[in-house]
Amino acid sequence: MLDTTIDVETPEGVQLLIPVAGLAPRAMAWLIDGMIKFGMFIVALIVTQPLGLTGMALWSLFLFALFWLYNVLFEVLWQGATPGKRAMRLRVMNADGTPVGWTGAIVRNLIRPVDSLPGCYLLGCLSVLLSRNFQRLGDLAAGTIVAYKATDPERSRTHVNEPIPLAIPLSSDEQEALVSFSERRKQYSQARAEELAQILEPVLGEVDARRVRSYAAWLAGKGSPT
Amino acid sequence: MKQERFEREHRELWTGFEESVGALSRARGLSRLAPDERERLCANFDARYRQICQHLALSRARRYSLELQHRLNQLALEGHRHLYAARSPILRDIAYFLVAGFAQAFRRRWRFMAVSGLLFFGTGIGIALAIAADPDLVYSMVSAEDVIQYEEMYATDRDVLGRERESESDFAMFGYYIYNNVSIGFRTYAGGLLFGLGTLFYVLFNGLYIGAVAGHLTTSGLGEPFWSFVSGHSALELTAIVIFGGVGLTLGASAISPGKKRRWRALRDTARDTLPLVYGGTVMLFLAAFVEAYWSSTTWPPPAFKYGVGIAFWCLHGAYFGLAGRRR
Repeated sequence: MLDTTIDVETPEGVQLLIPVAGLAPRAMAWLIDGMIKFGMFIVALIVTQPLGLTGMALWSLFLFALFWLYNVLFEVLWQGATPGKRAMRLRVMNADGTPVGWTGAIVRNLIRPVDSLPGCYLLGCLSVLLSRNFQRLGDLAAGTIVAYKATDPERSRTHVNEPIPLAIPLSSDEQEALVSFSERRKQYSQARAEELAQILEPVLGEVDARRVRSYAAWLAGKGSPT
Repeated sequence: MKQERFEREHRELWTGFEESVGALSRARGLSRLAPDERERLCANFDARYRQICQHLALSRARRYSLELQHRLNQLALEGHRHLYAARSPILRDIAYFLVAGFAQAFRRRWRFMAVSGLLFFGTGIGIALAIAADPDLVYSMVSAEDVIQYEEMYATDRDVLGRERESESDFAMFGYYIYNNVSIGFRTYAGGLLFGLGTLFYVLFNGLYIGAVAGHLTTSGLGEPFWSFVSGHSALELTAIVIFGGVGLTLGASAISPGKKRRWRALRDTARDTLPLVYGGTVMLFLAAFVEAYWSSTTWPPPAFKYGVGIAFWCLHGAYFGLAGRRR
């Protein structure tokens, strides 16, 4: 089965699911960071140019910081995200879900040159594609992952429909399917919703999307006595 | 219990916790919060977190809607991040590290340091001797233009040594040395991940290149300006190269022979374990760049004095790495 989440068991004995990010969003984040770094590079060049040799020194030092410290500082001090990662709603964390510390961030970024070998981050990309948790070599060496940040619950919640009790008992998986259908109603077009609802006809008899949502509202507990 | 009732009963706890973790994330560090604010956000944090973990487990067992499970998972994950975040007192660590930790870490890996040193100095001295015997050999390592450039740098009629510069340019060279040398050091370390091959390449290449330049300049009569230039920072810089090489080889060794651990596990442990040596090597290269820019390039001290300073630096290094941090 395709699975892009990893399980972490906490000391409280509960499993946390962490959605790890694949190649495409990470490449986008890298590109955004690259453009920001390039912009800073140009600005630094313009600012230090008139200062002559002193400017050249400042520029070299700045370049050094840009190359080696940019990622480390942002990842440790800005909740695991460089500006690029933040824009893509990603963040770096330890593989057990705790925030990445100095050691992890420094190792994963020191190894970066190896990931970029032999060019275009080929080794890093291969590693992300082949490793279990989408880790590049630096992540593997540091024990870190890049995961999606919580999608802010713009909660599509609401079983608005009048609840209708189901005549037949459904297994919990089937219940879950109905409730999920209802919760995702804004993501479907009307036609698609009807089409999906039709699948239930052999089980529930004559139904349309509206009626399925009513069942879902009942399953979710709406209208039950408190 | 039906889902809606479950939600109604615990909504207050969840939104409260949501607010706490949100505020804590934004504040980035407890010390930045006002005391009463901190009190309010952190009150019963662990108890509330455990309760949410329990709710998450319940919501899964009772097959509540995926959306609710997702929300509780997010809440628990954020709580987990804050409860188990580890931060160590960094300033005290740095002080201890400079006084003792660095030398201890060096001695713990002395075998790899020795191998790296042998490779580096062996190839360097080897090619220098070979060039003394057959001067044309230098062109197999260093291009003709570079050879001419090096000869000009150390020409005896110059009033500064090293790369061409005006009096104000020491700082410029400092920046250049940092950028160039530290980047090379980091790459030497990272190359260890490729079963040590990358490290081997950098160590041997640097040994050959530096040896070739030294050998060539010495045999063509520019020995005095060259050696009086490099002696001051040689101890810091060459030892740092050897250290980066040694750490890279350590990484490579754990990639080749991980022992009882899984390969990535072994690499991860070694990488974390040897990171202090990388910090130390970086500090040394910063110091080396400083010495190189502000002391090595001066011409007023007689060469014998500069040799003396160079030898003193080497003795200091020997004492530091041999003795610092040993228990009496």
